Amino acid sequence: MNRPDANDADVIVVGAGPAGSCAAIAAARAGRRVILIERGPFPGSKNMYGGVVYPRILDELVPRWWETAPVQRWVVRRSTMILSETGALSVDYRSNAWGQPPYNGATAYRPDFDEWLSRQAVAAGAQLVTSTTVTGLLRDASGRVVGVRTDRPDGDLTASVVIACDGVNSFLAKEAGLYSATDPSNFTLGVKETLALPKHVIDERFGVRDDQGVDIEILGGTSGVNGGGFVYTNLDTIALGVVLKLPKLAAQKKRPEEIIATLKAHPAIAPLIEGAEVKEYSAHVIPEAGYSMMPTMVTDGMVVAGDAAALCLAAGIWLEGVNFAMASGMCAGEAAAAAVARNDVSAKGLAPYTDKLNATFVLRDHKKLRKVPGLVLSDRVQQRYPAFVTSVVERVFRVDNPQPKPGLRRIVRQERKRAGIKLSELIRDGWTGLRGFG
Amino acid sequence: MTAIDRDTNWPEISFEERIGTAEFRIHERAHIVVDGDTCRGCSTRECVVACPANLFVPTSDGGILFNYENCFECGTCYLVCNKEGAISWSYPEGGFGIVFHRT
Repeated sequence: MNRPDANDADVIVVGAGPAGSCAAIAAARAGRRVILIERGPFPGSKNMYGGVVYPRILDELVPRWWETAPVQRWVVRRSTMILSETGALSVDYRSNAWGQPPYNGATAYRPDFDEWLSRQAVAAGAQLVTSTTVTGLLRDASGRVVGVRTDRPDGDLTASVVIACDGVNSFLAKEAGLYSATDPSNFTLGVKETLALPKHVIDERFGVRDDQGVDIEILGGTSGVNGGGFVYTNLDTIALGVVLKLPKLAAQKKRPEEIIATLKAHPAIAPLIEGAEVKEYSAHVIPEAGYSMMPTMVTDGMVVAGDAAALCLAAGIWLEGVNFAMASGMCAGEAAAAAVARNDVSAKGLAPYTDKLNATFVLRDHKKLRKVPGLVLSDRVQQRYPAFVTSVVERVFRVDNPQPKPGLRRIVRQERKRAGIKLSELIRDGWTGLRGFG
Repeated sequence: MTAIDRDTNWPEISFEERIGTAEFRIHERAHIVVDGDTCRGCSTRECVVACPANLFVPTSDGGILFNYENCFECGTCYLVCNKEGAISWSYPEGGFGIVFHRT
């Protein structure tokens, strides 16, 4: 076994996204020597998401984070929209209190946000190394992870613990054998357009002012490909995109940018983005399946956090990832530091990481909601329910005088049949939903 | 001046203009290699429709023409591919590849 003080660092964190930077902050604050490796030219340069972050968990790591975090707008309106081909049903909640300290959710550009968070890690004492791709793991004779290989000349770096925060494709977690076979149906592709509009135009169209922002999540509107859509307001851009289940996307003919174009042309969406030019087109894969796809979190000398551990919550009304990344990174950094201090970095010595995840929202939310991602992306919810729900609402609010009102129960029954949904299926999905959402 | 689509009132853009909005720092080494022979035996071609950067182009002789340069490094292609060994996938050299915009 290597002598710990002969290592290049106590802890090597691979990937300076939200998980990696929080892991580095936690381990460095615990007094460990930390190297934080980022393959992009700056942290965040490879990272893309829809656009909303819920940084509450940062209260512990970065007190009063809202005073320095590079936020675009504070979300004060959350809207869930169900789209049929021509109709749209929205549930829209507004609270201006969310636009004041201590805040709730915010839109932010990941290259801004992630770089800001990495600066907190550097301030805590971590050494940030950018433009460096980790190409594999170093292991000792027993198989324990003892460092990483990088694409730098003489690029091997040794450490007591490696924290893999290398994102959704995590080749390190795969190399360490923490994942069983990769199933493409556990993943979605997110594609997004960042659309430029003057700030006052966005304010007027979305009914907000100053740094208030809007978060719209969409069921339907993805051209029949299982997934969803989103519209978020930044200061002077709108983030609009779709999330598409990979096997379903691959099994049809419409390309991702064409699916975006169809969503943009929907009568409920088009007026919001009229005249906007594409400032940036971007794409990223999302680990969508939640608890069922998660890897083993710990092995000898290594733990895995963030998207690399599939810690992304895609539960319909809750679409979160960065907060899970930050929290898991924090737990990983603490557990790694403690394991180094105890001089036991075996899987057993690192097991408190998994305990921490189990004790916090990170795995408690995922366990509680483990049936929801599958339900949300199921064929019935995706292909039949949007038309069913919107046609019910259309008939409820349509006045057919001199015909008398048909009565709600009859409308629901007729539209359910028209949409091809069996009562037993509706009850079963409703029950799964009720139980799943806890 | 770009043309404005009459139905939707936003500027129409070609795929080249679309991909041109993203910044790619191109390294001389291809980080993804596609084995054309394996692709010739593939009839499903999941990569062609799914790749958000549209990097997989079918050729008239049944093969696939691939260019790594404008790649988002998302992983979609190897995840959807049904042919074992057709796509060898790795990340570009440090500092290269896609660079998303800061404000």
